[in-house]
Amino acid sequence: MCLGRKKTSISWRIGVSETATVTTQDSGFAVRISDTLWRKPKLLLVLLLAPPVLWLGVVYLGSLFALLAQSFFSIDEYSGLIKYELTLKTYRELLIPANLDILVRTTTMAIVVTLAAAIVAFPIAYYAARYARGKWKAVFYLGVMLPLWSSYLVKIYAWKLILAKEGILNWLFDTLHLSWALEAFLSIPLIGGNSLSVSYTGTFLVFLYVWLPFMVLPMQAALERVPASYLEASADLGATPAQTFRNVLFPLALPGIVAGSIFTFSLTLGDYIIPQIIGSSRLFIGQAVYAHQGTAGNIPLAAAFTVVPVIVMAFYLWMAKRQGAFDAL
Amino acid sequence: MRSDKLSRAPAGLKIAAIAGLLFMHLPILLIFVYAFTTEDKTYQFPPPGYTLKWFAVTWNRPDVWESLQLSVKVASISTALALVLGTCCAAAVSRSNFFGREVISLMVILPIALPGIITGIALRSAFNLADIPFSFWTIILGHATFCVVVVYNNAVARFRRMSGSLIEASMDLGANGFQTFRHVVLPNIATALLAGGMLAFALSFDEVIVTTFTAGQQATLPIWMLEELVRPRQRPVTNVVAMVVVLVTFLPILAAYYLTRDGDQTAGAGK
Repeated sequence: MCLGRKKTSISWRIGVSETATVTTQDSGFAVRISDTLWRKPKLLLVLLLAPPVLWLGVVYLGSLFALLAQSFFSIDEYSGLIKYELTLKTYRELLIPANLDILVRTTTMAIVVTLAAAIVAFPIAYYAARYARGKWKAVFYLGVMLPLWSSYLVKIYAWKLILAKEGILNWLFDTLHLSWALEAFLSIPLIGGNSLSVSYTGTFLVFLYVWLPFMVLPMQAALERVPASYLEASADLGATPAQTFRNVLFPLALPGIVAGSIFTFSLTLGDYIIPQIIGSSRLFIGQAVYAHQGTAGNIPLAAAFTVVPVIVMAFYLWMAKRQGAFDAL
Repeated sequence: MRSDKLSRAPAGLKIAAIAGLLFMHLPILLIFVYAFTTEDKTYQFPPPGYTLKWFAVTWNRPDVWESLQLSVKVASISTALALVLGTCCAAAVSRSNFFGREVISLMVILPIALPGIITGIALRSAFNLADIPFSFWTIILGHATFCVVVVYNNAVARFRRMSGSLIEASMDLGANGFQTFRHVVLPNIATALLAGGMLAFALSFDEVIVTTFTAGQQATLPIWMLEELVRPRQRPVTNVVAMVVVLVTFLPILAAYYLTRDGDQTAGAGK
Protein backbone atom coordinates (compact mmCIF):
# COMPACT_ATOMS: atom_id res chain seq x y z
CA MET A 1 0.00 0.00 0.00
CA CYS A 2 2.82 2.29 0.90
CA LEU A 3 4.48 1.55 -2.40
CA GLY A 4 1.23 2.19 -4.22
CA ARG A 5 0.93 5.60 -2.67
CA LYS A 6 4.47 6.45 -3.63
CA LYS A 7 3.76 5.38 -7.18
CA THR A 8 0.65 7.50 -7.33
CA SER A 9 2.60 10.46 -6.14
CA ILE A 10 5.24 9.88 -8.81
CA SER A 11 2.72 9.29 -11.54
CA TRP A 12 1.02 12.60 -11.14
CA ARG A 13 4.32 14.33 -11.07
CA ILE A 14 5.17 13.02 -14.52
CA GLY A 15 1.73 13.45 -15.93
CA VAL A 16 -1.65 12.88 -14.48
CA SER A 17 -2.45 10.02 -16.82
CA GLU A 18 -2.09 7.20 -14.34
CA THR A 19 -4.46 8.66 -11.81
CA ALA A 20 -7.14 8.16 -14.41
CA THR A 21 -6.87 4.41 -13.94
CA VAL A 22 -8.39 4.95 -10.53
CA THR A 23 -11.82 4.19 -11.83
CA THR A 24 -15.02 5.19 -10.14
CA GLN A 25 -16.08 1.91 -8.69
CA ASP A 26 -17.18 3.35 -5.38
CA SER A 27 -20.81 3.41 -4.46
CA GLY A 28 -22.94 6.03 -6.11
CA PHE A 29 -23.39 7.66 -2.74
CA ALA A 30 -19.76 8.79 -2.46
CA VAL A 31 -19.87 10.05 -6.02
CA ARG A 32 -23.03 12.01 -5.35
CA ILE A 33 -21.54 13.65 -2.25
CA SER A 34 -18.37 14.57 -4.07
CA ASP A 35 -20.33 15.93 -7.02
CA THR A 36 -22.43 18.10 -4.76
CA LEU A 37 -19.32 19.40 -3.02
CA TRP A 38 -17.63 20.13 -6.32
CA ARG A 39 -20.60 22.04 -7.58
CA LYS A 40 -20.98 23.96 -4.34
CA PRO A 41 -17.51 25.00 -3.20
CA LYS A 42 -19.06 27.13 -0.47
CA LEU A 43 -20.55 24.04 1.12
CA LEU A 44 -17.15 22.33 1.07
CA LEU A 45 -15.62 25.42 2.64
CA VAL A 46 -18.20 25.42 5.40
CA LEU A 47 -17.66 21.70 6.03
CA LEU A 48 -13.88 22.19 6.20
CA LEU A 49 -14.12 25.19 8.48
CA ALA A 50 -16.79 23.92 10.81
CA PRO A 51 -14.69 21.59 13.01
CA PRO A 52 -11.76 23.98 13.66
CA VAL A 53 -13.99 27.01 14.06
CA LEU A 54 -16.32 25.18 16.43
CA TRP A 55 -13.39 23.91 18.46
CA LEU A 56 -11.35 27.10 18.65
CA GLY A 57 -14.25 29.50 18.53
CA VAL A 58 -16.41 27.77 21.11
CA VAL A 59 -13.97 26.00 23.40
CA TYR A 60 -11.09 28.45 23.27
CA LEU A 61 -12.52 31.89 22.58
CA GLY A 62 -15.56 31.04 24.68
CA SER A 63 -13.34 30.29 27.67
CA LEU A 64 -11.29 33.42 27.06
CA PHE A 65 -14.35 35.65 27.05
CA ALA A 66 -15.78 33.89 30.09
CA LEU A 67 -12.50 34.66 31.86
CA LEU A 68 -12.47 38.30 30.82
CA ALA A 69 -16.08 38.65 31.93
CA GLN A 70 -15.19 37.35 35.37
CA SER A 71 -12.71 40.15 35.89
CA PHE A 72 -15.69 42.50 36.09
CA PHE A 73 -17.14 40.57 39.02
CA SER A 74 -15.77 40.93 42.50
CA ILE A 75 -15.27 38.80 45.54
CA ASP A 76 -17.17 39.35 48.75
CA GLU A 77 -14.65 40.11 51.49
CA TYR A 78 -16.63 38.40 54.23
CA SER A 79 -17.97 35.25 52.62
CA GLY A 80 -15.20 34.81 50.06
CA LEU A 81 -17.82 34.07 47.41
CA ILE A 82 -17.96 35.65 43.99
CA LYS A 83 -20.58 38.39 43.59
CA TYR A 84 -22.02 38.27 40.10
CA GLU A 85 -22.58 42.00 39.54
CA LEU A 86 -20.65 44.14 37.13
CA THR A 87 -18.11 46.27 38.95
CA LEU A 88 -14.65 47.76 38.48
CA LYS A 89 -13.73 47.02 42.09
CA THR A 90 -11.40 44.19 41.10
CA TYR A 91 -9.48 46.49 38.80
CA ARG A 92 -9.08 49.00 41.60
CA GLU A 93 -7.64 46.19 43.69
CA LEU A 94 -5.21 45.46 40.86
CA LEU A 95 -3.78 48.95 41.22
CA ILE A 96 -2.84 48.77 44.91
CA PRO A 97 0.97 49.16 45.35
CA ALA A 98 1.65 45.47 46.07
CA ASN A 99 -0.07 44.35 42.86
CA LEU A 100 1.32 47.24 40.83
CA ASP A 101 4.79 46.11 41.95
CA ILE A 102 4.12 42.69 40.45
CA LEU A 103 3.04 44.19 37.13
CA VAL A 104 6.07 46.51 36.94
CA ARG A 105 8.50 43.76 37.97
CA THR A 106 7.20 41.33 35.35
CA THR A 107 7.13 43.88 32.54
CA THR A 108 10.66 45.08 33.37
CA MET A 109 11.93 41.51 33.36
CA ALA A 110 10.22 40.89 30.01
CA ILE A 111 11.86 43.98 28.49
CA VAL A 112 15.34 43.13 29.84
CA VAL A 113 15.07 39.50 28.71
CA THR A 114 13.93 40.60 25.25
CA LEU A 115 16.80 43.06 24.82
CA ALA A 116 19.38 40.54 26.03
CA ALA A 117 17.95 37.83 23.79
CA ALA A 118 18.19 40.16 20.79
CA ILE A 119 21.85 40.90 21.56
CA VAL A 120 22.85 37.26 22.13
CA ALA A 121 20.79 35.99 19.19
CA PHE A 122 22.08 38.43 16.60
CA PRO A 123 25.55 36.90 16.00
CA ILE A 124 24.06 33.40 15.83
CA ALA A 125 21.35 34.44 13.38
CA TYR A 126 23.65 36.60 11.29
CA TYR A 127 26.38 33.98 11.02
CA ALA A 128 23.84 31.26 10.16
CA ALA A 129 22.11 33.45 7.57
CA ARG A 130 25.14 34.87 5.83
CA TYR A 131 28.24 32.77 6.35
CA ALA A 132 27.18 29.23 7.23
CA ARG A 133 27.18 26.96 4.18
CA GLY A 134 26.46 23.29 3.62
CA LYS A 135 27.18 21.26 6.73
CA TRP A 136 27.48 24.32 8.95
CA LYS A 137 24.08 25.53 7.84
CA ALA A 138 22.57 22.27 9.10
CA VAL A 139 24.58 22.49 12.33
CA PHE A 140 23.26 25.98 13.00
CA TYR A 141 19.68 25.07 12.06
CA LEU A 142 19.58 22.00 14.28
CA GLY A 143 21.63 23.84 16.89
CA VAL A 144 18.71 26.21 17.31
CA MET A 145 15.88 23.73 16.71
CA LEU A 146 17.00 21.16 19.29
CA PRO A 147 17.07 23.58 22.23
CA LEU A 148 13.84 25.13 20.97
CA TRP A 149 11.97 21.84 21.10
CA SER A 150 13.68 20.12 24.00
CA SER A 151 11.69 19.92 27.17
CA TYR A 152 10.98 23.18 28.94
CA LEU A 153 11.17 21.62 32.39
CA VAL A 154 14.38 19.78 31.61
CA LYS A 155 15.94 23.09 30.58
CA ILE A 156 14.90 24.67 33.86
CA TYR A 157 16.16 21.60 35.69
CA ALA A 158 19.54 21.96 34.00
CA TRP A 159 19.78 25.49 35.36
CA LYS A 160 18.82 24.33 38.81
CA LEU A 161 21.83 22.03 38.59
CA ILE A 162 24.07 24.81 37.26
CA LEU A 163 23.11 27.44 39.80
CA ALA A 164 23.00 25.15 42.84
CA LYS A 165 25.35 26.09 45.70
CA GLU A 166 27.42 22.93 45.19
CA GLY A 167 26.86 23.09 41.40
CA ILE A 168 29.10 23.62 38.40
CA LEU A 169 29.11 27.42 38.35
CA ASN A 170 30.31 27.85 41.92
CA TRP A 171 32.81 25.06 41.34
CA LEU A 172 34.09 26.88 38.26
CA PHE A 173 34.49 30.19 40.11
CA ASP A 174 36.21 28.31 42.95
CA THR A 175 38.63 26.51 40.67
CA LEU A 176 39.52 29.76 38.91
CA HIS A 177 39.91 31.51 42.31
CA LEU A 178 37.26 34.02 41.29
CA SER A 179 34.76 33.42 44.10
CA TRP A 180 35.37 36.95 45.35
CA ALA A 181 34.08 38.32 42.02
CA LEU A 182 30.89 36.30 42.30
CA GLU A 183 30.39 37.42 45.89
CA ALA A 184 30.98 41.05 44.94
CA PHE A 185 28.39 40.66 42.19
CA LEU A 186 25.86 39.05 44.52
CA SER A 187 26.23 41.87 47.04
CA ILE A 188 24.92 44.38 44.48
CA PRO A 189 21.39 45.24 45.59
CA LEU A 190 18.41 44.27 43.39
CA ILE A 191 20.23 41.97 40.95
CA GLY A 192 22.14 40.12 43.68
CA GLY A 193 20.99 37.94 46.55
CA ASN A 194 22.08 35.16 48.85
CA SER A 195 23.04 32.99 45.91
CA LEU A 196 22.50 33.03 42.17
CA SER A 197 19.60 30.61 42.35
CA VAL A 198 17.55 32.99 44.51
CA SER A 199 18.45 36.23 42.70
CA TYR A 200 16.89 38.13 39.83
CA THR A 201 20.08 37.41 37.87
CA GLY A 202 19.32 33.69 38.11
CA THR A 203 15.74 34.19 36.96
CA PHE A 204 16.96 36.39 34.14
CA LEU A 205 19.54 33.82 32.98
CA VAL A 206 16.98 31.03 32.86
CA PHE A 207 14.45 33.19 30.98
CA LEU A 208 17.15 34.20 28.50
CA TYR A 209 18.24 30.60 28.04
CA VAL A 210 14.77 29.15 27.60
CA TRP A 211 13.46 31.78 25.15
CA LEU A 212 16.64 32.46 23.15
CA PRO A 213 15.84 30.07 20.25
CA PHE A 214 12.51 31.88 19.74
CA MET A 215 14.48 35.02 18.97
CA VAL A 216 17.11 33.40 16.74
CA LEU A 217 14.72 31.81 14.21
CA PRO A 218 12.69 34.85 13.04
CA MET A 219 15.82 37.00 13.16
CA GLN A 220 17.63 34.55 10.91
CA ALA A 221 14.66 34.46 8.53
CA ALA A 222 14.78 38.28 8.23
CA LEU A 223 18.57 38.38 7.81
CA GLU A 224 18.47 35.76 5.10
CA ARG A 225 16.40 38.15 3.01
CA VAL A 226 19.02 40.93 3.19
CA PRO A 227 20.97 40.80 -0.09
CA ALA A 228 24.74 40.66 0.43
CA SER A 229 25.11 43.26 -2.34
CA TYR A 230 23.52 45.92 -0.08
CA LEU A 231 26.28 45.43 2.46
CA GLU A 232 28.93 45.49 -0.24
CA ALA A 233 27.48 48.65 -1.72
CA SER A 234 27.48 50.27 1.68
CA ALA A 235 31.14 49.31 2.22
CA ASP A 236 32.06 50.48 -1.28
CA LEU A 237 30.52 53.84 -0.54
CA GLY A 238 32.89 54.22 2.36
CA ALA A 239 30.83 53.17 5.37
CA THR A 240 32.64 51.57 8.28
CA PRO A 241 31.29 48.18 9.40
CA ALA A 242 29.62 49.92 12.35
CA GLN A 243 27.88 52.38 10.02
CA THR A 244 26.78 49.60 7.70
CA PHE A 245 25.32 47.78 10.67
CA ARG A 246 23.50 50.82 11.99
CA ASN A 247 22.18 52.20 8.71
CA VAL A 248 21.68 49.12 6.52
CA LEU A 249 21.70 45.80 8.34
CA PHE A 250 19.84 46.74 11.50
CA PRO A 251 16.85 48.47 9.85
CA LEU A 252 16.45 45.54 7.47
CA ALA A 253 16.66 43.01 10.31
CA LEU A 254 14.25 44.94 12.53
CA PRO A 255 11.04 43.13 11.46
CA GLY A 256 12.68 39.84 12.40
CA ILE A 257 13.82 41.21 15.75
CA VAL A 258 10.32 42.49 16.47
CA ALA A 259 8.84 39.13 15.47
CA GLY A 260 11.21 37.31 17.81
CA SER A 261 10.52 39.76 20.59
CA ILE A 262 6.82 38.91 20.41
CA PHE A 263 7.72 35.45 21.65
CA THR A 264 10.32 36.40 24.24
CA PHE A 265 8.13 39.18 25.61
CA SER A 266 4.87 37.26 25.71
CA LEU A 267 6.43 34.10 27.11
CA THR A 268 8.22 35.99 29.89
CA LEU A 269 5.06 37.91 30.78
CA GLY A 270 3.04 34.75 31.31
CA ASP A 271 5.53 32.34 32.80
CA TYR A 272 5.03 31.29 36.39
CA ILE A 273 7.24 28.23 36.67
CA ILE A 274 10.70 29.75 36.12
CA PRO A 275 10.44 32.48 38.79
CA GLN A 276 8.95 29.92 41.16
CA ILE A 277 11.87 27.53 40.83
CA ILE A 278 14.78 29.91 40.26
CA GLY A 279 14.42 33.31 41.85
CA SER A 280 13.55 35.34 44.88
CA SER A 281 10.19 34.88 46.54
CA ARG A 282 8.85 38.10 45.00
CA LEU A 283 5.95 37.31 42.69
CA PHE A 284 5.59 37.63 38.93
CA ILE A 285 2.23 38.02 37.13
CA GLY A 286 1.93 34.32 36.40
CA GLN A 287 2.56 33.36 40.00
CA ALA A 288 0.02 35.91 41.21
CA VAL A 289 -2.59 34.53 38.81
CA TYR A 290 -1.85 31.00 39.95
CA ALA A 291 -2.06 31.92 43.62
CA HIS A 292 -5.29 33.89 43.26
CA GLN A 293 -7.15 31.25 41.29
CA GLY A 294 -5.87 28.35 43.38
CA THR A 295 -5.63 28.65 47.15
CA ALA A 296 -7.24 32.08 47.41
CA GLY A 297 -10.12 31.21 45.10
CA ASN A 298 -10.23 34.83 43.94
CA ILE A 299 -10.97 34.16 40.28
CA PRO A 300 -11.99 37.78 39.51
CA LEU A 301 -8.61 39.15 40.63
CA ALA A 302 -6.77 36.35 38.81
CA ALA A 303 -8.76 37.22 35.68
CA ALA A 304 -7.97 40.91 36.07
CA PHE A 305 -4.27 40.02 36.33
CA THR A 306 -4.42 38.07 33.06
CA VAL A 307 -6.05 41.03 31.34
CA VAL A 308 -2.78 42.96 31.71
CA PRO A 309 -0.64 40.67 29.53
CA VAL A 310 -3.52 40.39 27.04
CA ILE A 311 -3.66 44.18 26.66
CA VAL A 312 0.13 44.54 26.59
CA MET A 313 0.36 41.80 23.96
CA ALA A 314 -2.48 43.25 21.87
CA PHE A 315 -0.71 46.60 21.80
CA TYR A 316 2.59 44.88 21.04
CA LEU A 317 1.11 42.83 18.20
CA TRP A 318 -0.47 45.94 16.75
CA MET A 319 2.88 47.75 16.79
CA ALA A 320 4.59 44.68 15.33
CA LYS A 321 2.07 44.48 12.53
CA ARG A 322 2.83 48.08 11.62
CA GLN A 323 6.53 47.19 11.54
CA GLY A 324 5.79 44.37 9.11
CA ALA A 325 6.97 41.79 11.62
CA PHE A 326 4.38 39.21 10.61
CA ASP A 327 6.05 38.66 7.27
CA ALA A 328 9.13 37.54 9.15
CA LEU A 329 7.33 34.96 11.28
CA MET B 1 31.55 40.63 -7.67
CA ARG B 2 32.02 39.50 -4.11
CA SER B 3 35.16 40.60 -2.39
CA ASP B 4 37.04 38.05 -0.37
CA LYS B 5 36.90 40.18 2.73
CA LEU B 6 33.10 40.19 2.78
CA SER B 7 32.60 36.51 2.17
CA ARG B 8 34.58 35.49 5.23
CA ALA B 9 33.11 36.09 8.65
CA PRO B 10 34.90 38.45 11.03
CA ALA B 11 36.53 36.50 13.86
CA GLY B 12 34.50 38.31 16.49
CA LEU B 13 31.22 37.34 14.84
CA LYS B 14 32.29 33.74 14.54
CA ILE B 15 33.30 33.54 18.20
CA ALA B 16 30.06 35.20 19.34
CA ALA B 17 27.98 32.84 17.19
CA ILE B 18 29.72 29.72 18.45
CA ALA B 19 29.61 30.97 22.04
CA GLY B 20 25.85 31.47 21.58
CA LEU B 21 25.40 27.92 20.32
CA LEU B 22 27.43 26.58 23.25
CA PHE B 23 25.29 28.60 25.67
CA MET B 24 22.25 26.86 24.20
CA HIS B 25 23.69 23.35 24.41
CA LEU B 26 26.04 23.00 27.38
CA PRO B 27 23.27 23.12 30.02
CA ILE B 28 21.50 20.22 28.31
CA LEU B 29 24.72 18.22 28.16
CA LEU B 30 25.16 18.71 31.89
CA ILE B 31 21.99 16.65 32.41
CA PHE B 32 23.78 13.68 30.86
CA VAL B 33 26.61 13.96 33.40
CA TYR B 34 24.21 14.09 36.33
CA ALA B 35 22.30 10.99 35.23
CA PHE B 36 25.37 8.91 36.11
CA THR B 37 26.37 10.53 39.39
CA THR B 38 26.65 8.48 42.59
CA GLU B 39 25.62 11.45 44.72
CA ASP B 40 21.92 11.31 45.64
CA LYS B 41 21.46 14.07 48.23
CA THR B 42 22.86 17.19 46.57
CA TYR B 43 23.66 18.55 43.11
CA GLN B 44 27.41 18.25 43.74
CA PHE B 45 29.75 19.01 40.84
CA PRO B 46 32.00 17.38 39.80
CA PRO B 47 30.19 14.14 40.66
CA PRO B 48 32.08 12.08 43.27
CA GLY B 49 31.66 8.94 41.15
CA TYR B 50 29.77 7.43 38.28
CA THR B 51 27.24 4.60 38.35
CA LEU B 52 24.53 3.03 36.22
CA LYS B 53 22.40 1.95 39.14
CA TRP B 54 19.89 4.84 38.89
CA PHE B 55 18.77 3.59 35.49
CA ALA B 56 17.68 0.32 37.11
CA VAL B 57 16.01 2.18 39.98
CA THR B 58 14.11 4.37 37.54
CA TRP B 59 13.11 1.39 35.44
CA ASN B 60 11.42 -0.17 38.46
CA ARG B 61 9.45 2.90 39.43
CA PRO B 62 5.73 2.43 38.69
CA ASP B 63 4.89 6.14 39.09
CA VAL B 64 7.34 7.11 36.35
CA TRP B 65 5.83 4.53 34.01
CA GLU B 66 2.29 5.65 34.78
CA SER B 67 3.11 9.30 34.03
CA LEU B 68 4.92 8.32 30.88
CA GLN B 69 1.97 6.23 29.72
CA LEU B 70 -0.47 9.04 30.42
CA SER B 71 1.71 11.54 28.56
CA VAL B 72 1.98 9.30 25.51
CA LYS B 73 -1.79 8.70 25.49
CA VAL B 74 -2.61 12.40 25.85
CA ALA B 75 -0.08 13.40 23.19
CA SER B 76 -1.33 10.77 20.71
CA ILE B 77 -5.00 11.70 21.00
CA SER B 78 -4.28 15.45 20.96
CA THR B 79 -2.07 15.03 17.90
CA ALA B 80 -4.77 13.07 16.08
CA LEU B 81 -7.36 15.76 16.85
CA ALA B 82 -4.95 18.53 15.88
CA LEU B 83 -4.18 16.78 12.59
CA VAL B 84 -7.86 16.70 11.60
CA LEU B 85 -8.62 20.25 12.75
CA GLY B 86 -5.39 21.76 11.44
CA THR B 87 -5.66 20.13 8.01
CA CYS B 88 -9.30 21.18 7.58
CA CYS B 89 -8.43 24.73 8.53
CA ALA B 90 -5.35 24.86 6.31
CA ALA B 91 -7.27 23.46 3.33
CA ALA B 92 -10.00 26.05 3.75
CA VAL B 93 -7.69 29.00 4.28
CA SER B 94 -5.29 28.19 1.46
CA ARG B 95 -7.84 27.24 -1.18
CA SER B 96 -10.22 30.10 -1.12
CA ASN B 97 -10.57 33.72 -0.26
CA PHE B 98 -13.45 34.31 2.04
CA PHE B 99 -14.62 36.92 4.44
CA GLY B 100 -12.99 36.49 7.84
CA ARG B 101 -10.01 34.53 6.56
CA GLU B 102 -7.58 36.67 8.53
CA VAL B 103 -9.68 36.22 11.64
CA ILE B 104 -9.47 32.44 11.28
CA SER B 105 -5.71 32.41 10.97
CA LEU B 106 -5.42 34.76 13.93
CA MET B 107 -7.71 32.49 15.93
CA VAL B 108 -5.50 29.48 15.21
CA ILE B 109 -2.35 31.32 16.29
CA LEU B 110 -3.88 32.90 19.39
CA PRO B 111 -3.56 29.88 21.74
CA ILE B 112 0.19 29.94 21.17
CA ALA B 113 0.66 33.73 20.97
CA LEU B 114 -1.01 34.36 24.32
CA PRO B 115 0.91 33.20 27.39
CA GLY B 116 0.05 29.60 28.34
CA ILE B 117 -1.20 30.65 31.72
CA ILE B 118 -4.05 32.58 30.08
CA THR B 119 -5.12 29.57 28.03
CA GLY B 120 -4.84 27.47 31.15
CA ILE B 121 -6.83 29.62 33.52
CA ALA B 122 -9.45 30.42 30.85
CA LEU B 123 -10.10 26.73 30.25
CA ARG B 124 -10.08 25.98 33.96
CA SER B 125 -12.64 28.61 34.83
CA ALA B 126 -14.76 27.57 31.84
CA PHE B 127 -14.73 23.93 33.00
CA ASN B 128 -15.69 25.13 36.47
CA LEU B 129 -18.53 27.26 35.13
CA ALA B 130 -19.81 24.37 32.99
CA ASP B 131 -19.40 21.88 35.87
CA ILE B 132 -17.14 19.63 33.84
CA PRO B 133 -15.01 17.48 36.17
CA PHE B 134 -11.27 17.54 35.49
CA SER B 135 -10.18 14.35 33.82
CA PHE B 136 -8.06 12.78 31.12
CA TRP B 137 -10.34 14.43 28.55
CA THR B 138 -10.02 17.94 29.90
CA ILE B 139 -6.24 17.62 29.52
CA ILE B 140 -6.74 16.61 25.89
CA LEU B 141 -9.14 19.48 25.29
CA GLY B 142 -6.44 21.91 26.35
CA HIS B 143 -3.60 20.22 24.48
CA ALA B 144 -5.43 19.84 21.17
CA THR B 145 -6.25 23.57 21.24
CA PHE B 146 -2.63 24.68 21.03
CA CYS B 147 -1.42 21.73 18.93
CA VAL B 148 -3.63 22.80 16.00
CA VAL B 149 -1.31 25.67 15.17
CA VAL B 150 1.80 23.58 14.37
CA VAL B 151 -0.14 21.23 12.09
CA TYR B 152 -1.83 24.23 10.48
CA ASN B 153 1.47 26.03 9.88
CA ASN B 154 3.03 23.02 8.19
CA ALA B 155 -0.05 22.11 6.15
CA VAL B 156 -0.78 25.64 4.98
CA ALA B 157 2.77 26.06 3.64
CA ARG B 158 2.43 22.82 1.67
CA PHE B 159 -1.06 23.61 0.36
CA ARG B 160 0.20 26.93 -0.97
CA ARG B 161 2.88 25.21 -3.01
CA MET B 162 0.48 22.61 -4.34
CA SER B 163 -1.15 23.63 -7.56
CA GLY B 164 -4.94 23.62 -7.58
CA SER B 165 -4.95 22.32 -11.14
CA LEU B 166 -3.84 18.90 -9.85
CA ILE B 167 -7.16 18.49 -8.13
CA GLU B 168 -9.05 19.70 -11.18
CA ALA B 169 -7.10 17.29 -13.39
CA SER B 170 -7.90 14.40 -11.10
CA MET B 171 -11.58 15.26 -11.10
CA ASP B 172 -11.59 15.74 -14.88
CA LEU B 173 -10.16 12.27 -15.25
CA GLY B 174 -13.11 10.84 -13.38
CA ALA B 175 -11.97 10.51 -9.78
CA ASN B 176 -14.48 11.61 -7.20
CA GLY B 177 -13.64 13.94 -4.32
CA PHE B 178 -12.67 11.17 -1.93
CA GLN B 179 -10.46 9.43 -4.47
CA THR B 180 -8.83 12.73 -5.29
CA PHE B 181 -8.14 13.34 -1.63
CA ARG B 182 -6.79 9.82 -1.13
CA HIS B 183 -4.63 9.60 -4.27
CA VAL B 184 -3.69 13.18 -5.11
CA VAL B 185 -4.00 15.49 -2.10
CA LEU B 186 -2.87 13.14 0.66
CA PRO B 187 0.38 11.95 -0.96
CA ASN B 188 1.21 15.58 -1.56
CA ILE B 189 0.71 16.80 1.98
CA ALA B 190 1.71 13.59 3.79
CA THR B 191 5.23 14.63 4.77
CA ALA B 192 4.03 18.05 5.92
CA LEU B 193 1.37 16.37 8.06
CA LEU B 194 3.90 13.91 9.44
CA ALA B 195 6.24 16.73 10.37
CA GLY B 196 3.42 18.80 11.85
CA GLY B 197 2.09 15.79 13.71
CA MET B 198 5.48 15.02 15.22
CA LEU B 199 5.95 18.58 16.35
CA ALA B 200 2.43 18.60 17.81
CA PHE B 201 3.27 15.40 19.66
CA ALA B 202 6.48 16.94 21.03
CA LEU B 203 4.60 20.07 22.05
CA SER B 204 1.89 18.14 23.88
CA PHE B 205 4.36 15.69 25.44
CA ASP B 206 6.28 18.61 26.95
CA GLU B 207 3.42 20.91 27.91
CA VAL B 208 3.15 21.74 31.59
CA ILE B 209 1.59 25.18 32.12
CA VAL B 210 -1.81 24.49 30.57
CA THR B 211 -1.80 20.98 32.03
CA THR B 212 -1.45 22.20 35.61
CA PHE B 213 -4.77 23.98 35.12
CA THR B 214 -6.72 21.36 33.20
CA ALA B 215 -5.61 18.18 34.98
CA GLY B 216 -7.33 16.75 38.01
CA GLN B 217 -5.41 14.11 39.93
CA GLN B 218 -3.62 12.81 36.83
CA ALA B 219 0.11 13.42 36.58
CA THR B 220 1.60 13.59 33.11
CA LEU B 221 5.37 13.27 32.90
CA PRO B 222 5.93 17.07 32.94
CA ILE B 223 3.68 17.37 35.99
CA TRP B 224 5.74 14.66 37.68
CA MET B 225 8.92 16.57 36.76
CA LEU B 226 7.47 19.82 38.07
CA GLU B 227 6.72 18.26 41.44
CA GLU B 228 10.29 17.02 41.63
CA LEU B 229 11.58 20.47 40.70
CA VAL B 230 9.56 22.24 43.37
CA ARG B 231 10.14 19.62 46.09
CA PRO B 232 13.10 17.42 45.13
CA ARG B 233 12.70 14.01 46.69
CA GLN B 234 14.16 11.66 44.13
CA ARG B 235 17.09 13.54 42.65
CA PRO B 236 18.80 10.57 40.93
CA VAL B 237 15.53 9.34 39.40
CA THR B 238 14.76 12.87 38.18
CA ASN B 239 18.21 13.08 36.60
CA VAL B 240 17.64 9.88 34.66
CA VAL B 241 14.11 10.87 33.60
CA ALA B 242 15.41 14.27 32.43
CA MET B 243 18.08 12.61 30.31
CA VAL B 244 15.62 10.18 28.75
CA VAL B 245 13.21 13.02 27.99
CA VAL B 246 16.00 14.92 26.19
CA LEU B 247 16.84 11.88 24.08
CA VAL B 248 13.21 11.08 23.29
CA THR B 249 12.35 14.64 22.19
CA PHE B 250 15.44 14.89 19.98
CA LEU B 251 14.36 12.00 17.76
CA PRO B 252 11.10 13.49 16.39
CA ILE B 253 12.84 16.84 15.86
CA LEU B 254 15.58 15.23 13.81
CA ALA B 255 13.00 13.23 11.85
CA ALA B 256 10.86 16.32 11.22
CA TYR B 257 13.96 18.16 10.05
CA TYR B 258 14.82 15.51 7.47
CA LEU B 259 11.23 15.34 6.28
CA THR B 260 10.84 19.07 5.65
CA ARG B 261 14.44 19.79 4.71
CA ASP B 262 13.60 20.60 1.11
CA GLY B 263 10.70 22.79 2.19
CA ASP B 264 10.89 26.50 2.68
CA GLN B 265 9.39 26.55 6.12
CA THR B 266 10.82 26.70 9.58
CA ALA B 267 8.56 24.20 11.20
CA GLY B 268 9.11 25.40 14.73
CA ALA B 269 8.85 29.11 14.19
CA GLY B 270 5.24 29.07 15.30
CA LYS B 271 5.72 27.21 18.54
